[in-house]
Amino acid sequence: MDDLLAARSQMAMSLAFHIIFAAIGIAMPLLMIIAEWKWLRSKDEIYLTLAKRWAKGTAILFAVGAVSGTVLSFELGLLWPAFMGYAGAIIGMPFSLEGFAFFTEAIFLGIYLYGWTRVPPRAHLFAGAMVALSGALSGVFVVIANAWMNAPTGFRLVDGKPVDIDPIAAMMNTAAIPQTLHMILAAYAATGFAVAGIHAFMLMRDRTNRFHRAALNIALVVGGVSGILQPLSGDLIAKTVAKTQPVKLASFEGQFQTEQAAPLRIGGIPDEQAGVTRYAIEVPYALSILAYGDPHAVVKGLNEFPADVRPPVAIVHVSFQIMVACGVAMMLVALWATWRYLRCRRNQKWLDSKWFLRLLVAAAPLGFIAIETGWTVTEVGRQPWIIYGVMRTSEAVTPMPGLIVPFITFTVLYIFLAVITVWLLLRQVAASPHAPDPIAKEARVAA
Amino acid sequence: MIAALVLYALLGGADYGGGVWDLFAFGPRARAQRKLIAEAISPVWEANHVWLILVIVILFTAFPPAFAAIATALHIPITLLLIGIVLRGTAFTFRTYDVQRDDVQRRWSLVFSIASIITPILLGTILGTIASGAIRFENVENGLVTSGFFSWLAPFPFAVGFFALALFAFLAAVYLTLETRERELQEDFRRRALASGVVVGLLALTVFLLAQTGAPTVRAGISRTWWALILHICTGLFATSAFYFLWTRRYRLARVCAAAQVTLILLGWAFAQYPHIVEPNITITSAAAPYVTLQLLLAALIAGVILLFPSYYYLFRIFKSRSNAEGVR
Repeated sequence: MDDLLAARSQMAMSLAFHIIFAAIGIAMPLLMIIAEWKWLRSKDEIYLTLAKRWAKGTAILFAVGAVSGTVLSFELGLLWPAFMGYAGAIIGMPFSLEGFAFFTEAIFLGIYLYGWTRVPPRAHLFAGAMVALSGALSGVFVVIANAWMNAPTGFRLVDGKPVDIDPIAAMMNTAAIPQTLHMILAAYAATGFAVAGIHAFMLMRDRTNRFHRAALNIALVVGGVSGILQPLSGDLIAKTVAKTQPVKLASFEGQFQTEQAAPLRIGGIPDEQAGVTRYAIEVPYALSILAYGDPHAVVKGLNEFPADVRPPVAIVHVSFQIMVACGVAMMLVALWATWRYLRCRRNQKWLDSKWFLRLLVAAAPLGFIAIETGWTVTEVGRQPWIIYGVMRTSEAVTPMPGLIVPFITFTVLYIFLAVITVWLLLRQVAASPHAPDPIAKEARVAA
Repeated sequence: MIAALVLYALLGGADYGGGVWDLFAFGPRARAQRKLIAEAISPVWEANHVWLILVIVILFTAFPPAFAAIATALHIPITLLLIGIVLRGTAFTFRTYDVQRDDVQRRWSLVFSIASIITPILLGTILGTIASGAIRFENVENGLVTSGFFSWLAPFPFAVGFFALALFAFLAAVYLTLETRERELQEDFRRRALASGVVVGLLALTVFLLAQTGAPTVRAGISRTWWALILHICTGLFATSAFYFLWTRRYRLARVCAAAQVTLILLGWAFAQYPHIVEPNITITSAAAPYVTLQLLLAALIAGVILLFPSYYYLFRIFKSRSNAEGVR
């Protein structure tokens, strides 16, 4: 393994690890405060228990997210010093703002976690809301910085050096809004579905448990709403990519030939040697419509671009297919849940179908699979560039030799952390309270 | 940025020290000592940790080439530092949420405290190397490091590392005297504070002597200019009064003095190094980001401070006011 590959692997592994905790850190506080808000409104103790339980899980995950985030902020410089030296002045701004947002989050999380008995209930709920808000904001800022790497603006190149730097313009790059929207929704959808899956699983074993019913309700609303909205933001992002990074779009779709009225390929394996994508189901005109809103629009193929600016097509295309498949599946589950809810609104039986619960359990990991593959799509799809069209990844890497050592060290460390985190969370779940629901019990007896 | 560094040292540093004392908790009250440390740290844990992140992001926004240079030359100690930070952060939280059984708890405590000892040493080593002038470049523009990747393996940086550790331990012990109202516990930490204070003094002397060969320019900055003298006298005064107040058990005053002492040490270091960011050839002006970036960053900093300080204060008031009131006699 050469040093560039080791550096990329270490960065990829660190990001893949951090993104899970970051996404949960964005979405979990929202679930927490919804539960707490329902408790304040209904005075039903079950919601208080729920908020406290979720807060505990959040605390564990937040700690891992915080340290892995710290590692990343250092790794930017450790692994890509040339990139940071070049781009720090242009996109350091969102990182600094992220620092502040994260700071706010940490302060209010401290108050939230340890202040149950020390601050008045409303102040406590406010602290939770601040955690949720600043968590989402820090996600937004980091993704803005990433969006800039895809659509660099806010400077002029003179003799290979950036001049006339405008950090605000850099933050307002064309990819910023679609990408942040997509990521935040992804965080809510993935976390909502994962939490719903866990509680659905517990509910299957203990059908009348009100605690899990309440939890499932909240998680499904958050996950479901974002799951239904997500394909729309995905469409927005694809249209931006079509405009700013046509070679990336072509890799998403495994499009080798430039084509008028291009079809949408579902599945399939791109063969870079032969320049074709095999075994795909082709939906005529669909790609032209999706990317440009016109069935006869021309979609540029990979062959238009020299080989040394093309990303590894197979990885990008396959990841993209997996991400889309997970997203569509989640949307369908969300739609079914909505339909069930509307149909059974009166008798509270909408959670009583065994198949529905099983489906929710099965759908639990989909969101995180989509996040991981989606991040692969955007990062690998940008290769060989670290700043699209400006700086190559190979130019940014540190001259430090032996990078495989830190890569392996951090991988082992992270695997260890992941195992312990999962084990601690399992203990939390296993210790869930028993709270039989009298109404549901009667209903079941009557049925 | 210096402000953030100072605050990280004052608050995060105290947490490190807490970890150190956690390891050295012994005697009949060992368990009570550990519990006190955990209670004192938990609510403010994550927030204190963020100061370090702020230092980093400000460094790479305002002085990108300096960040690139430091990260390249000090790749190895920074990587080790990161591992330390990861282990501390997670071990601490895991300990809180894991089984409350003694052997399990002790295992996490061990990880937490060993990481807490190594991390400040590395932090000090990194700062020491930056100050020593051992990092050399072909030129600042391309950030090509010519001094190799092992410039930190020298006596001076390590002396600074141990100095940082002793300083953090001293701070933590002083703070902890105020976190409890049990007389015996207070006495335990008072003794520790006094002992580590002596070590701080000895190490300070070592660092100063080593600086002659290890960091000549900084040493010159410390010993020659007129303001340095004033700064030294103040630092010394605060150090002795911290000692005196500890001796006479006036813990609140001791805390103020100890904090002032650490602040002045860091400020003194910053002034001595000015205008260099990385000795000997990266200066503030040569590494600075364009004016507009700095302006925006400053605006963001001010806005952030306006927003953050009340919340931070609120956090501390909620969790620290009660114990303070009880700590005073």
